[in-house]
Amino acid sequence: MSCDLAIIGAGPAGMAAAVEAVDLGLSVAVIDENPAPGGQIFRGLEGAAGDAALGADYAAGLPLLRAFRALRIGYRPATTLWHLEPEEGVLSLLAAGTTSELTAGRVLLATGAQERPVPIPGWTLPGVMTAGAAQILLKTAGAVPKGRTVLAGQGPLLWLLAAQLARAGAPPALILETRPKGRLAEALRAGGLLAGAPLLAKGLALLAKTRRIPRLRAVTGLHAEGTGHVRRVLWDGGATECDTLLLHEGVVPATHIPLALGLEHDWDEAQRCWRPRVDAYGASSHPRVAVAGDGAGIGGWQAAVAAGRLAALDAARRVGRLTEAGFARRAGPLLATRRAALALRPFLDALYAPPGWVLAPPEDATLVCRCEEVTAGQVRAAARLGATGPNQLKAYCRAGMGPCQGRMCGATVAALIAEARGTTPEAVGTLRPRAPYKPLTVAELARTG
Amino acid sequence: MFALRPDRFRPASAAGGAGQRRGTPDARTGPTATVEVFVDGIPVRVPEGASAAAAVLLAGSPLIRETPVTGAPRLPYCLMGVCFDCLAEIDGIANRQACMVPAVPGMRIAPQRGARVAFRS
Repeated sequence: MSCDLAIIGAGPAGMAAAVEAVDLGLSVAVIDENPAPGGQIFRGLEGAAGDAALGADYAAGLPLLRAFRALRIGYRPATTLWHLEPEEGVLSLLAAGTTSELTAGRVLLATGAQERPVPIPGWTLPGVMTAGAAQILLKTAGAVPKGRTVLAGQGPLLWLLAAQLARAGAPPALILETRPKGRLAEALRAGGLLAGAPLLAKGLALLAKTRRIPRLRAVTGLHAEGTGHVRRVLWDGGATECDTLLLHEGVVPATHIPLALGLEHDWDEAQRCWRPRVDAYGASSHPRVAVAGDGAGIGGWQAAVAAGRLAALDAARRVGRLTEAGFARRAGPLLATRRAALALRPFLDALYAPPGWVLAPPEDATLVCRCEEVTAGQVRAAARLGATGPNQLKAYCRAGMGPCQGRMCGATVAALIAEARGTTPEAVGTLRPRAPYKPLTVAELARTG
Repeated sequence: MFALRPDRFRPASAAGGAGQRRGTPDARTGPTATVEVFVDGIPVRVPEGASAAAAVLLAGSPLIRETPVTGAPRLPYCLMGVCFDCLAEIDGIANRQACMVPAVPGMRIAPQRGARVAFRS
């Protein structure tokens, strides 16, 4: 099997890229791990679009989803990309226990974002989850937390989830907001309020919907306690009982595959994360590979749609399906759309910048690697002994060597090493993941389709 | 602990075997079809399209896995394929990411206890 453009991920960027590329006459394959298109933001949309609890912005994804579904392309849901050989454009896939290969002239990574880890004491207890996880249960299973729920953290998703849970009849008992004092003043200085006014208005309306939920501001020293399950959440100066604790400190690009490919990355100081280096059309440092959407830097779904379409235009131009003039004509409005969608980012990034204790947990006993159960203290000790980065750390302990391959602990480990060695996460660098990008069995490897 | 929204699903009844059932249809709240799966041997009805990890949460199980290092109990954390804390034994296959596996009628989901046993003598 071969195609002009292989798109990894069927979220907003991937779906939009596919629609645009097909329109330009490219042969397209879309590989997505999830059983249905939509990515995380529009997850379960085909089944739950009419659910009033999820809100109008969720249903706004339906036109794109329907346009994507109408395409006659090689759409492969429930399929994992476990290796990509960029020199020849060979993709190794796993679906239903069987491996297969696909060759592509160009590869667009539209793998989106993941929630930033929130390594507090007790965050591995059953009953402690991410806000995104609770939202996925709401979207795909019509399920809500039972008993007393506490939300802790900050960022647009936290407020959105609070409003959605309230509308679904399960309002959180308490919101513990971790945004430090003074961030609003910093955010106002960051600007973008005028150009970002429509998004800001939506955000303020969302905040208004959650105003009846009790909240505490500028919370520090967060931790979860319980035997076998979370029973209490504690913070500096207080504590409360809970059955479910939902954590959220924003989202970061899912850089696992771009890093494994060895693409150039830049440290994004505003979003405190790494992002693949791409041009205005998503082209990465590798001539065959592009990255679009939140995976290239957090911007939200509207920016991702524009970025996906721009990457498709670039793919068409590269194979002569689009003249330079035709490219410029189509790209202009998309660049403007994306600029408008990103206008509020400087404000949001400054307002919801994660506090230092989220990035580098102060207590030595806190687990940072959930898979291999490595603590912050063990990472600090290794850094003092001579581990200069997350890759070197593997000679001292198993942080980053469990099944998640460092997706959860990578950023925390780098921040702890930076702190212990008196340098910056940027200087410490990232883990270099290896294929298979997700574990597969020898039997799966042997069963080729 | 998680529960199906009462405004969207009728309370599950204990009767009936594996298969699909449709609850009260309601255009405002989307589909209400459920499938029956077995979580650690106990039947539980979950909405069509939900994951095996969601089934474990809806079943009220205390854990979905015990860690290989200390045997600590875990339940799903991220539900989006990132954290690998939802590893479970699904239909006899160990270490599957339960959040990435859709629940289908008759599916058997058991906790992943420690590391996978490669060979049983």
